[in-house]
Amino acid sequence: MTYFPEEVVEHIVDFLGSHGDRNAVSTVCKAWYQVDRLSRRSVFVGNCYAIRPERVVTRFPEMKSLTVKGKPHFADFNLVPYDWGGFAQPWIEAVARGCPGLEELRLKRMVVTDDDLELLARSFPNFKSLVLVSCEGFSSDGLAAIATYCRGLRELDLQENEVEDHGRQWLSCFPDSCTSLVSLNFACLKGEVNASALERLVARCPNLRSLKLNHSISVESLNKILARAPHLVDLGTGSFTIDNRSETYRRLINSFFKCKSLRSLSGFWDASPFCLQAVYPVCTNLTVLNLSYAPAIQSADLTKLIGLCFKLQKLWVLDCIGDKGLAVVASTCKELQELRVFPSDIYGAGITAVTEEGLVAISSGCPKLNSLLYFCYQMTNSALTTVAKNCPHFTRFRLCILEPEKPDPVTNQPLDEGFGAIVRSCKNLRRLSVSGLLTDQVFLYIGMYAERLEMLSIAFAGDSDKGMVYVLNGCKNLRKLEIRDCPFGDAALLKDVAKYETMRSLWMSSCDVTLGGCKALAAKMPRLNVEIINENDGTCESKENLSDLHKVEKMYFYRTVAGPRNDAPDFVWTL
Amino acid sequence: MEAAGESLRDTELRLGLPGTDAPEKPASTVTRGGKRALPEDDEEGYGKSNKSSSSEEQGEGDLCCQEPPAAKAQVVGWPPIRSYRKNSLHARKAEGEAAGLYVKVSMDGAPYLRKIDLKVYKGYKELREALDDMFKCFSLGEFPRKEGCSGSEYAITYEDKDGDLMLVGDVPWEMFISSCRRLRIMKGSEATGLGSRH
Repeated sequence: MTYFPEEVVEHIVDFLGSHGDRNAVSTVCKAWYQVDRLSRRSVFVGNCYAIRPERVVTRFPEMKSLTVKGKPHFADFNLVPYDWGGFAQPWIEAVARGCPGLEELRLKRMVVTDDDLELLARSFPNFKSLVLVSCEGFSSDGLAAIATYCRGLRELDLQENEVEDHGRQWLSCFPDSCTSLVSLNFACLKGEVNASALERLVARCPNLRSLKLNHSISVESLNKILARAPHLVDLGTGSFTIDNRSETYRRLINSFFKCKSLRSLSGFWDASPFCLQAVYPVCTNLTVLNLSYAPAIQSADLTKLIGLCFKLQKLWVLDCIGDKGLAVVASTCKELQELRVFPSDIYGAGITAVTEEGLVAISSGCPKLNSLLYFCYQMTNSALTTVAKNCPHFTRFRLCILEPEKPDPVTNQPLDEGFGAIVRSCKNLRRLSVSGLLTDQVFLYIGMYAERLEMLSIAFAGDSDKGMVYVLNGCKNLRKLEIRDCPFGDAALLKDVAKYETMRSLWMSSCDVTLGGCKALAAKMPRLNVEIINENDGTCESKENLSDLHKVEKMYFYRTVAGPRNDAPDFVWTL
Repeated sequence: MEAAGESLRDTELRLGLPGTDAPEKPASTVTRGGKRALPEDDEEGYGKSNKSSSSEEQGEGDLCCQEPPAAKAQVVGWPPIRSYRKNSLHARKAEGEAAGLYVKVSMDGAPYLRKIDLKVYKGYKELREALDDMFKCFSLGEFPRKEGCSGSEYAITYEDKDGDLMLVGDVPWEMFISSCRRLRIMKGSEATGLGSRH
């Protein structure tokens, strides 16, 4: 292989799309390492604390696109304290110094400040795309900086971030010379946005294909926008409440008639049922539909809409669609690949919105289904077995039975067999979340059959350490394991510590792991950062005072070559 | 005097404090057999999860009567829904409340008026129950349970947007809340002049 000149190797390596493949290439020999590092354009860092930013920048000087992820996944559910970490600052600073040619930055679950955004905006003359997912720490001021200084910006995609509204009319900061926008998503913003500035911006960006509005944009404004951008492919509506006898409504239907390219719809904040009819003209071409923020729409209206969407590939809805509504989905959407059903009434008293019946219907009607997130009140082994038989192509299967430890209501048995059927049947399963009443047996199945599994989420499950050991022994490709409220302790944790260097991270909270166990782990594995998150400051215990038998409330460890981090707050102890 | 009736009503179980609306959600903690007790959900949620679990929201729980057993326990971080989504659904509710339809309620003989948010109620039955709650300290008899008030002490009437005094219950609920400007609970003797229209 060393006979090939570098240019040829580089050319060949260029065809490798995935990060994993390129990483593998770089380990073959020094020459190939060099080729890869100098030609790598897109860099993915799954854990911002696994490596120092400077090292990444030095290794990949020609980097054009950087993706960094920060907090562990359970941070989404308030399990990680606010100032745990995941700061974007060192990354943006390092890249500003070392890779001024950067064009794209994607951050997930990180803390991004307005100063960070301003530095970003001023440091990269070719910057084209900013994607922030589940981030926090910035405000409309930071967005104003992006709008002002990023000439040639193509994409600003803000997904589900917590953004403070400082009242700054950031959208007006896009200069008149900005005509390059292709994608703009500000749906998560809580504040008002200058509607006429938006309309003018849309009018001067002929390449705009994706636009997602926040709820402050009225339907009147939407009409004007659609008139200017009839080539939109992906639209997130603003507020969607109108009187269906009004002129505005007629104009809206008209607008949608003209949007021949529309393939994806979302938003529908405050949508009332009859407003949905305005959207009927585009239904037959829709491939993506997200109605999960429209709690006022009940099953009958949902199904009237979805009944027209026979090309749908991705559907996100609330559970008020009901089992009957899911049956309509099953009979209409034969191309469906991804389904997410969210709970609409988290604090309710167990109203049966969707059950196992809805899922079974979907599985028999939609054989191409490969990705599922399903919140329901009950599930049976029989249903899961049927689903497994009908849909062997699952790559992502996340089932959340809302009541922890709920057994199969028909047989009163744990759901071990049902999930067992899923892992046996779905050979390509990469991500799995389990719930309901589960014993160690389900983990035996997972360890035995889920060979491609990369991410596993467990809550309120298992009987003993054996459960966790089955998983760690079996799942060769496991990268992320997150566990809460399970009876797994030190014995399981310490059984096979070498395994942990093959994984990105492990989270355990409210389990039986002790401080002594964590210390032992940290001692054996110097290349893991073992963090204990200790929030209950009432006792003012420092770690010297706590006995080794003290049960650890939250432990998060991850492999790293960067050593212990220097930005950890007081309540995080790195052992 | 209907002393017996009054004291009977006093012993009647209701959800919520007298004069307040029914609480939006139960606030109970359930200890799972064998596992540690689960902390209550932190309502403040995103960004402030350092706080300990008891908050002003949970205070209601003490005054509430027994929750129905079907009410779910609230566990930190369960169900696993992104804070963003939870907050959105909450915000939608809160917005609905903020843009409430507040109307004055007067009762003949009562020394002061009350104000209620019509948007909170799903229909006439709930409204009557709430008014019952609010004014029972002043009232001496049963509130009318149906349209028409033959034989009852009081009638619930309202002033519509044209300024006319109307009997509550004749029109569909949605129409009612969009046209009601204020409510007036009249003594039955005065109310007989209205009667049922049908």
